[in-house]
Amino acid sequence: MRGRKGPNCQQRQIHGETMIDHLLRFFIGGIAVSSFAALGDTLRPKSFAGLFGAAPSIALATLLITLSQKGAPFAAVEGRSMIVGAFALAAYSWTVCVLLKKFMMSSLTATLAALVVWFAVAFAFRAILF
Amino acid sequence: MIVRFNASALRQTRWYEYLIRFVLGGAMTVIAGLIAARFGPVVGGLFLAFPAIFPASATLIEKHVRERKAKAGLSGARRGKEAAALDAVGAVLGSFGLAAFGLVIWLLFERSAPLALVLATAAWLAIAVLAWRARRWL
Repeated sequence: MRGRKGPNCQQRQIHGETMIDHLLRFFIGGIAVSSFAALGDTLRPKSFAGLFGAAPSIALATLLITLSQKGAPFAAVEGRSMIVGAFALAAYSWTVCVLLKKFMMSSLTATLAALVVWFAVAFAFRAILF
Repeated sequence: MIVRFNASALRQTRWYEYLIRFVLGGAMTVIAGLIAARFGPVVGGLFLAFPAIFPASATLIEKHVRERKAKAGLSGARRGKEAAALDAVGAVLGSFGLAAFGLVIWLLFERSAPLALVLATAAWLAIAVLAWRARRWL
């Protein structure tokens, strides 16, 4: 009767959320992100399609769940930080563009190498502003 | 420049490429939630703008252009990189829209969450498209 002693799957929590919450986040996030990406695939010119590479897909997927679990003030602070994250994303995307055009790196190498820029800009601004 | 919608482009993407995007997107959403729960909303909010599937998307763009050129008997390596670079330019402009999204959430979410989400999405699209149109004057 091990199941009676330990917490079951629904009750087991990671940082205050159950496995069901995480699965819900996973499916909503997966659908939101891949839908925006698919929409970007259908649009031309490529520079316009690229706008959807910076779509608020993760935010749309996660903010209502955050609201129900942690409340509106928590989600509002996330929105404020997201502004900083967005400027880090701009710096990241610009770096990717430079690495591809000037250094002729492959897309995979350029996009992975530029992640350093995202982390540097995001956490530098976070340290300065908040 | 006219924006065109071409649904047949979806057929170029293979099923496993959609699956990769779905899994990466889902995983990043879960990770963003875990980071927010562990480190608080200030750090968690940063990851709402993390380029989760950008590496996968840029790699697919380069690959598709290279394959199209290969069918025509050309190498396509350079064109593939140029197409991915153009996509990255779009993401730079879209990031300004994403900042507007965050601003609206910050200012309005506590008053009305559904209204804030609708207005924030509209602000993202409006600022992103405006930035895209304005890039020619810069």
